[in-house]
Amino acid sequence: MHPQNCYYSKEHEWLKLERDGTALVGITHYAQDQLGDVVFLALPSVGARLQQFQKLGEIESVKAVSGLFSPASGQVLEVNQQVLDKPELVNKEPYVRGWLLRLRLDDPGELKRLLSAQAYEDLLAGMGAPHTP
Amino acid sequence: MMFAEKASPSQRQLLMDRSRPGRRAATVPRRDVPAAPLHPVRWRRASLPLPEVSEGELVRYFVALSQRNYGVDSGFYPLGSCTMKYNPKWHDEMAALPGFAQLHPLQEEESAQGALRLMHDLQGYLADVTGLEAVSLCPAAGAGGELAGMLMIRAYHRARRDAQRAQVLIPDSAHGTNPASAAMAGFEVAHVPSDSDGNTDLEALRGMLSGRTAAFMVTMPNTLGLFEPRIAAACRLVHEAGGLVYGDGANLNAILGRAKLGELGFDIVHMNLHKTFSTPHGGGGPGAGPVAVARRLAPYLPEPQVARQGGVYHLARPRRSIGRLTAFHGNFGVLVRAWAYIRLMGAVGLRQVSENAVINANYLRVQLKDAYQLPYDRPCMHEVVLSASRQRAKGVRALDIAKRLIDYGFHPPTMYFPLIVPEALMIEPTETESKETLDAFIAALLAMAQEAEENPQLLQEAPHHTPISRLDEAKAARQPDLRWRPR
Repeated sequence: MHPQNCYYSKEHEWLKLERDGTALVGITHYAQDQLGDVVFLALPSVGARLQQFQKLGEIESVKAVSGLFSPASGQVLEVNQQVLDKPELVNKEPYVRGWLLRLRLDDPGELKRLLSAQAYEDLLAGMGAPHTP
Repeated sequence: MMFAEKASPSQRQLLMDRSRPGRRAATVPRRDVPAAPLHPVRWRRASLPLPEVSEGELVRYFVALSQRNYGVDSGFYPLGSCTMKYNPKWHDEMAALPGFAQLHPLQEEESAQGALRLMHDLQGYLADVTGLEAVSLCPAAGAGGELAGMLMIRAYHRARRDAQRAQVLIPDSAHGTNPASAAMAGFEVAHVPSDSDGNTDLEALRGMLSGRTAAFMVTMPNTLGLFEPRIAAACRLVHEAGGLVYGDGANLNAILGRAKLGELGFDIVHMNLHKTFSTPHGGGGPGAGPVAVARRLAPYLPEPQVARQGGVYHLARPRRSIGRLTAFHGNFGVLVRAWAYIRLMGAVGLRQVSENAVINANYLRVQLKDAYQLPYDRPCMHEVVLSASRQRAKGVRALDIAKRLIDYGFHPPTMYFPLIVPEALMIEPTETESKETLDAFIAALLAMAQEAEENPQLLQEAPHHTPISRLDEAKAARQPDLRWRPR
């Protein structure tokens, strides 16, 4: 359920390196499942500088408002306008059309501090998370 | 709003849809004072379409809506963290006495001595209940009490030239209003993790305390319905670091007459009169969130406070008051009801409140813990937090259980809170329910656990027996349609 080609944070964000060297950021399948129907996103503007593991914005579901944290340091190159109009994309396709930001990374070395898909699934298992189909 | 087919077309009509030119629900008397101009024309709207209906139609419209409502006067309302106890009607009779109900907010103090005395008495009772020095009745809701508390903490540190204290530490199980109030008062918020027993992790708290700590903001008992056995030690640690301790009194019903938060080390506590002291909630009337403080914070209380001098009561401004929170005590009727409750119950009665509230919650806990997961398996206080994680494996979520409970004739419990419990169902029975009611509720939850095993769809599509079926909550939040428009 959690793609092999992504890096994961303990705060349940994913980061995927694109061929052009930029990185896409979103929230994991587990995160969207826990949040339930997403109804609103507060995301930074293009050009904003983010620090690894620092708050980048907020996500609101029918259950609660939660903080979003950047899996890496960098500058925001693009915000997914489609997901702002249709927040349900985060639920339906968290790794495809539900991406949130495109970043230019400051330091690819930071990715060492993120988890592999396997390590992330181990983390979820340790939290007693239910097995998702 | 999305109405199901069960509501007839005429039931779906809003008041504007029922409008017919010329109908009136009010009779305006002939003018007996000189005419005075309204605001300048440029400030006025050219037209203001109001519904034109007769008085009878108007009454029927609102009575029909009210009949679809569910309140503590309709049945069991186990909404965790909200203390939906039954509100005795005698309180309403007291609040309706003409001397209280017909007070004018700008009346001279000499002619409102009885009302001021009642407020002064209430300040004293609440100081006694919390074990703290002084009380202000100003905040008009629990979150208003939190904001008042945070503003007092800021003023206190500034007055001591200790203004670098910019951080408020809040457990990860806290009510959402806590970090919101702290942020609104200009503080940054840091979350203290809970340990595996559901208590504040004391070692983590110790590590987070610093010269930047303004306060530790905590609910007692906590939002998992658990008493924190090391709370006095936590308060000591915060004080040693130069911080203050704020107590969210939302759960006061659990310890009423048994533990005084001031004696445990709390510096500021707000109370929700509409929870613990049996005054109406939400749509039933305004709330009241008085704040009680230790001696060193008394000068900062919001104004006005009722003081007594030479046998005369008057409205006073504490020396370094953070100021007014509202223009007037518009919720005075709530204060009368809380006063009446305290006088009616007496000290012995108030102790019985907490005892029965805790016994009732533990009865539910023991009866339900085989059918639903109990994340923290230890005696609870006034409420019990269960998890529907076992049902989730069958595709049934806490939301589905809540909706199905409506079919069984009960108000749903609080869902998905506290956030640290997945699929949380937070049940607070209060002390005012009979064993028969609790048994009927238990039977419903056990039947639903069975249904989740055998027929998950029954829950997923609930409620089935209401005039309006399952609402699309996500659509309502994404595309709110709140305004009537001509068709």
